[in-house]
Amino acid sequence: MKTLLFQTLSKRNRLLILGVGLVLISVYLIPIWSISIAAPQYPEGLGMQIWINKITGATPYDLKNINLLNHYIGMQEIVSESIPELLFMPYVLGYLIFGAFITELYPKVGMAILGIINLIIVGLVGLSDFWRWEYNYGHNLNPEAPIIVEGMAYQPPLLGCKVMLNITACSYPSYGGIILGLSLAVLVYILWDENRRKKTNAV
Amino acid sequence: MLKKSNLILVTLGIALFAFVPNCKKGAATATLASDAASRVYVAPGEKDEVYAFLSGGFSGQMSVYGIPSARLFKIIPVFSVFPENGYGFDEETKDMLKTTHGYVPWDDSHHVEASMTDGKQDGRWMFLNANNTPRLARIDLKTFETKEILEIPNTAGNHASPFATENTEYLMAATRFSVPVPQASVAIDSFSKGGFKGTVTMVKVDKNTGRLSIELQVLVPGFDYDLSHCGKKKSHDWCFFSSYNSEQAHKMLEVGASKKDKDFILAFNWVRAKECKDQGKAYNFGGEYVNNFHDENKPAVSTKLSGVKMLNPKDCPGMMYYMPTPKSPHGTDVDSTGEYIVGGGKLASVIPVHSFSKMMEVKDKKEHHSTEIEGIPVLKYESTLAGEVQKPCLGPLHTEFDGQGYAYTSCFVSSEVVKWKLGTWEVVQHLPAYYSVGHLSIVGGSSTEPYGKYLIAMNKITKDRYLPVGMELPQSAQLYDISSGKAELLSDFPTVGEPHYSQMIPAKLIMDKTAKLFPLEENKHPYATKNENDAKIVRLGSTIHIYMTAIRSHFKPDIIEARTGETLYFHVTNLEQDYDIPHGFAIGGAPNMTNLLIMPGETRTFKWVAPKPGVYPFYCTDFCSALHQEMQQYIRVNP
Repeated sequence: MKTLLFQTLSKRNRLLILGVGLVLISVYLIPIWSISIAAPQYPEGLGMQIWINKITGATPYDLKNINLLNHYIGMQEIVSESIPELLFMPYVLGYLIFGAFITELYPKVGMAILGIINLIIVGLVGLSDFWRWEYNYGHNLNPEAPIIVEGMAYQPPLLGCKVMLNITACSYPSYGGIILGLSLAVLVYILWDENRRKKTNAV
Repeated sequence: MLKKSNLILVTLGIALFAFVPNCKKGAATATLASDAASRVYVAPGEKDEVYAFLSGGFSGQMSVYGIPSARLFKIIPVFSVFPENGYGFDEETKDMLKTTHGYVPWDDSHHVEASMTDGKQDGRWMFLNANNTPRLARIDLKTFETKEILEIPNTAGNHASPFATENTEYLMAATRFSVPVPQASVAIDSFSKGGFKGTVTMVKVDKNTGRLSIELQVLVPGFDYDLSHCGKKKSHDWCFFSSYNSEQAHKMLEVGASKKDKDFILAFNWVRAKECKDQGKAYNFGGEYVNNFHDENKPAVSTKLSGVKMLNPKDCPGMMYYMPTPKSPHGTDVDSTGEYIVGGGKLASVIPVHSFSKMMEVKDKKEHHSTEIEGIPVLKYESTLAGEVQKPCLGPLHTEFDGQGYAYTSCFVSSEVVKWKLGTWEVVQHLPAYYSVGHLSIVGGSSTEPYGKYLIAMNKITKDRYLPVGMELPQSAQLYDISSGKAELLSDFPTVGEPHYSQMIPAKLIMDKTAKLFPLEENKHPYATKNENDAKIVRLGSTIHIYMTAIRSHFKPDIIEARTGETLYFHVTNLEQDYDIPHGFAIGGAPNMTNLLIMPGETRTFKWVAPKPGVYPFYCTDFCSALHQEMQQYIRVNP
């Protein structure tokens, strides 16, 4: 195990990690998650996008209209400023990109493993935080809301689609989320590849 | 004796029997397509192929229909007030109906014209005339709203209007009722002695903004100028005006104006006219007029203007020619190639067609002139004639073209549309119309590239076509499919006001460019409130300005206090930024002010003088949301 940790990455795998680091920069520029809303009175649909540092509507007016819909059931207004996670998420991403570049200076398999662990932690913490965030919005309703349906909560799904009253909400990773997932896959592949190389070398 | 009367009865009976079913069958199926219903059916969720913009005649409005379904989509208020949405009432639009005669909240609107680029419809603007109080209007096809109204001075009865040149460089507007120019109290029998005049007005259209301005007026003999169409391609420089009453009768025109065998089509070279103006041949002439402009989401600005440049035909040789045309011509229509000018002599037994090339060839050769009227040479009828459609129908009025070499002429008296071939002048089909068709319209039929699929005939009389609804029957139009060799009747549909003329445009030219909302950040209204937190009440003496917001499902501020006699301005901004969420605003019992419909992102102002003490509700009138009915509040008026 120890030999694997300190095994120097192959040239190709180093380049792959450099590539992962570079591609991750694009995550600053594209949404990582997207929630779409369909209802009979919104034939064109409404969409909300979660970026590394902000929440926007799919069109310039969608977020405002989602909030207008939500105010009937007493949901808090969704604004980027009310989500502190968005303040430090850019730094977490920066840390991951920084790690990829450091690997170029110190190209050991251990760094790839660290990257995998980091990505998994970021992913798990991110998803659980997202779930908690959805839970709070969906359950923390104004008791004076105009529409109160007994026993009804409006937590959107973490992944997949869910019908709430007459609205179908679907939640899926967007381009940025897919890139994060692919980055993890590339690192896992590198680990597998390096492990195979070690065995080949040993024989 | 008995035998004989029986015989008569039997004969009559047989005749009736033979006649009635035939007649009924004839009227119902003469040209009706066998699968007409499926060809006009637009299934739920699907869209029509064509927009039809119909003038509203005496309603003063323009209406928008989908073709082929013939469903009414919208009434666009233009020259008449519209209580439904407050047009002509609120502080933003009331100045749109200002004229030099004061506030004129109605008109008689006959002709719709589409803006064109290179002779093709470009889907930017529609223009509409006001016949009664001479005006013309520009309607923006992004918002489907009236953006500008220009009054035309020194004229009466703005009937031959607004007809556009090939690139909408100018709109033409000519006098229907010749009058003393300038206006004066003149003995009416001086009409025939030259005391009455007509004018042809060139209204310039700014090619980027669409803004209208008067470039020039030409003083023409005192006939009644009826319709116009401008040339295209080779006849680009020319516009053609039909005229009647060249007899200059001034009483019982029915007889007096129908005496001569021929009246005239006036050929007007507008490029030459502009040239003469630029050479200083036009002189300063009086005439007060008003230009009303309604910029997007701002109060309309009404500007009073004075004076025009006037040109006399004798000072600008080569600008105008009269082409004799039988008899009291109504339509003067230029075909898609720009070569043929078709006259519609409403009392004529032929459809005369002038040739533009022939006109150009002979116009300055003395031997082809028969006389001259007030400096305008009169060409000989035969010299410019390309051909005549012999005995086409009774009362030919107006012609449009399908781009396939066929022309369609409406015939008022014989209630039909005749299809005939350009060049051979042969009638190929008679299409019955129900009844007394005036104008007709083909999609793009007056452009250089007709989209010759549908034709509508706009009728004056609808006896027996619909369920009776009292003495005034619905006004109506009829839709024909002209895409195949034989035109077929598809449907009848009732219309708003009198469907006088229309322009039809393929939907794809317009539908993706229409505005869905006014972006709040671009709202430049001086009284806009873009955030609910900025809603406020500002008192200035006995005037109260209420900066109010409307959003699903409340107004803010929601409680207002005033004193009897104070003037309240409710500047209501609709904060919505969602497609199709207007809010309404109305106050119980408000006199002189109607409902407002405020579009998303728009600001409109409701003026209200606090009446006797009491509590007055105000509320949203446009069903906006589940809590629409709760969108209501109160004004308390104190003594």
